Amino acid sequence: MKPGRLAAIALALLPISVPAHAATIEITMENLVISPAEVSAKVGDTITWINKDVFAHTATAKNGDFDVKLPPNKSATSVLKKAGTVDYYCRYHPNMKATLKIEP
Amino acid sequence: MFVRWSAAIAAAVLLSSPVLLQGAQAADKLSDPQIAHIAYTAGVIDINAAKQAQKKAKNKDVKAFADDMLRDHEAVNKQALALVKKLNVTPEDNDTSKALSKQASDKLAELDKLDGAAFDRAYVANEVAYHKTVNGALETQLIPSAGNAELKGLLQTGLKIFQGHQQHAEHVAAELK
Repeated sequence: MKPGRLAAIALALLPISVPAHAATIEITMENLVISPAEVSAKVGDTITWINKDVFAHTATAKNGDFDVKLPPNKSATSVLKKAGTVDYYCRYHPNMKATLKIEP
Repeated sequence: MFVRWSAAIAAAVLLSSPVLLQGAQAADKLSDPQIAHIAYTAGVIDINAAKQAQKKAKNKDVKAFADDMLRDHEAVNKQALALVKKLNVTPEDNDTSKALSKQASDKLAELDKLDGAAFDRAYVANEVAYHKTVNGALETQLIPSAGNAELKGLLQTGLKIFQGHQQHAEHVAAELK
């Protein structure tokens, strides 16, 4: 394929890849489990972290991209700023693990 | 029942082996008010151990572990208090709770004499052993004996979180070596 055609495809896709508005995705921590364990999202989407446990949790990215503190029975939000596959866990309960797949 | 129970506990304390597991072999079914008391007492013991560690520990992983213990065990006990209030149950003191408390205060005194790395190692080693004992008791004795579904549920959540504590303690212990 010629480089010119790639550029044309990229241009053609451009309007589609900018959604009208970003989505809000809920991720729940309950009974020491993060669900869904794998979530696909896009840059600009908002994650609502919901802690339904009586325990404090965190959503901490292994690569350092985010570290959200979640007091017992509280929620928090964060906006995704960077693309990539991010494994995250709870610092207090490292058995709680999950993955965010963030598309550009 | 109580004679056999006390004898088993006395033996367990003397051998300083896991009180609850020894008790389990001799005991008949515990009542919910007794189970609630044992579970709460077990939590208080680890909270006190964590408070001691927050004052004495030097290693930052050990300090962080103690913070985690305090946070989680206080959360479980707060939940336990709310539950007994809701169920209108008065936790009932019993020989297992007494034996656990006695053993724990001896351990606190023993650890109090240690400092620095020696304290860190002894605290974490005891946390591994203690969580093993409590988890074993929850699995084989307290959860099966619990009559009320909500109490059973809380104990099951406790078991899950304490298994994580045991792993965490084992990990910290391995790092300290």
